[in-house]
Amino acid sequence: MSERAAGAAPSASAMAPVPYRVRSRVVESADSATLCLEPVGESLRTPQPGEFMMLYAYGVGEAAISISGDPTVTDGSITHTIRAVGAVSRALHNAEPGSVVGVRGPFGTTWGLEGAAGRDLVVVAGGVGLCPLRPVVLGALAGRSSYGTVTLIAGARSRADFVYTDQLEKWAEDPQIALHVTVDVPVQGWSGEVGMVTEPLRRLTLDPDRTTAFLCGPEPMMLFGAQALLAKGLAAQDIRVSLERNMQCGIGWCGHCQLGPLLLCRDGPVVGYDVAGPLLGVKEL
Amino acid sequence: MSVSGDGEDSRVAFFDVAGLHRLVEVLIERGYRVVGPTLRDNAIVLAELESAAELPRGWGVDVGPGHYRVRRRDDDAAFGHSAGPQSWKQFLHPPRERLWAGTRDGAGEAESDYAVPRYAFLGVRGCDLAAIATLGGVLGRADYPDDSFVGRRRRAFVIAVNCTEPGGLCFCASMGTGPAAGPGYDLALTERVGGDAASYLVEVGTPEGADVLAAVPHRVADRDEVACARDDVEAAAHRMGRQMPDTDLRELLIRSRESPQWDEVASRCLTCGNCTMVCPTCFCTGTEDVSDLTGEHAERWRHWASCFEFDFTYVHGGGSVRQSGASRYRHWLTHKLGTWHDQFGMSGCVGCGRCIAWCPTGIDITAEMNKMAGDE
Repeated sequence: MSERAAGAAPSASAMAPVPYRVRSRVVESADSATLCLEPVGESLRTPQPGEFMMLYAYGVGEAAISISGDPTVTDGSITHTIRAVGAVSRALHNAEPGSVVGVRGPFGTTWGLEGAAGRDLVVVAGGVGLCPLRPVVLGALAGRSSYGTVTLIAGARSRADFVYTDQLEKWAEDPQIALHVTVDVPVQGWSGEVGMVTEPLRRLTLDPDRTTAFLCGPEPMMLFGAQALLAKGLAAQDIRVSLERNMQCGIGWCGHCQLGPLLLCRDGPVVGYDVAGPLLGVKEL
Repeated sequence: MSVSGDGEDSRVAFFDVAGLHRLVEVLIERGYRVVGPTLRDNAIVLAELESAAELPRGWGVDVGPGHYRVRRRDDDAAFGHSAGPQSWKQFLHPPRERLWAGTRDGAGEAESDYAVPRYAFLGVRGCDLAAIATLGGVLGRADYPDDSFVGRRRRAFVIAVNCTEPGGLCFCASMGTGPAAGPGYDLALTERVGGDAASYLVEVGTPEGADVLAAVPHRVADRDEVACARDDVEAAAHRMGRQMPDTDLRELLIRSRESPQWDEVASRCLTCGNCTMVCPTCFCTGTEDVSDLTGEHAERWRHWASCFEFDFTYVHGGGSVRQSGASRYRHWLTHKLGTWHDQFGMSGCVGCGRCIAWCPTGIDITAEMNKMAGDE
């Protein structure tokens, strides 16, 4: 079960962006950058892994972006990794240190990492799907003794499309975490695996009764990943996926993010596969 | 004894047409903007009234799938018409609204001052009173109340009208929202047109309602008048033009997700979105961020949106989730009658019949649901 973080006080005007200054900007790949934001004045509640914020590029527009930072950092900053795919995300992606963006949130459900204490964790990420999952990995490593094995399977189209490459290299050496990386398209010099994330997932030996899986990436990747995990005996409710839909408010007013009975801004983005699976199986729902 | 039969207040008031005129005057004197039905452009629309003389007295409507015509009545009823193209939604949840304005340096101000005019809604039918409560279930939730909607609703004075003459597309009895107006009114009228001139039985729903009524000349209704009005309203429940199948609609829709019926409806549906615009509960909006030419001043607006729009579900990289007309119609109908229960704990349909009248191809949600139930 995904969980809703407690203590969210309703803002006086839930649709008004709160100004945050870009403290730092790290280029992750050709089209992705990580922004660390700090409040100019009013500060919002510290988001939990899995939750998202509505980020506003001044005069351009707003987009729902999951948090991607280290959950052990509690200095009031908020970290997002943004891939430039449209006008709004491009403007946010290009925001220079010192500039101001608008923030609303946090909204949505969490990954429920604390609820998985004592269990083995399998994290499966496709492309920038790793961004919402990085807080899970960092949180698990920070509280390492609370969990059994921690496995990260990260896939990308090509080597150049990976985000957090420094961190991935570090994790590759870290005995605390089992890392598998795979690319769809190999280039010269790639010595790692080639193929979908489902390949290393199928080879994985896991204890289905004590494993919780966290998946984020393109929807087909999550569907195939979840099916591979179900085939290994995991219960559907122990598989969590983070879903993306058009969102224009984040607070259940605009109606755009519906997936059947779910309002994904409120009942998601993190949804148990027991709920999400049957809905994602219906075309154009 | 009350007209709607709840037995709460035994004192039902009575006034004639002059009393109705005085009621409107009193509300205007007290600073309310009175909004009620009036005849304009061959339809009965909702507009600000300066006097009760602007009510569509003596006018009725003939409605059918894709059909709406005003007609002369042979009496002087002011409320002898069923739902028109508009609903109270446009006053409580305006079609376009500014939410925020700010400057580039980060200073901004939300639209905190919702000092909107205090509306008095005159002639709110049971279905539409339920629709206001349904909108409240979406926009008035405790976690994220929409200040604009909540403020407008709280300040509004509501004069309901019990229906004694349902229209050809009405199915409020199926949805449990009428013909008697449920809770939520300040005053409720039952119009009587027998005899020389129209008269009104008046029930009081709130202390504010009692206070307004006290300023309008009236007398206590006698037992026969009350009984007669109650019988008329009760009889109306059995003369609905339409009805929904008597089954669990939510469950029926879950079972029918892959039904071939969606493709069949889509062959008639223009995906124009008229049904969503006239629906008194359809709440969806788009958020629009704009800036002026200097780029130093920006605003956030929201406007009504429709789930029939092609880009309603657009996601970068994936395109629109619901591309086919069949999937968009399925979403609208399923949300209205099914998943609204999951999301907000109530039905999204109040049985007003507007979506049937204003569908250019006359798609009838009651017919579709009856077909779906019958095909099982």
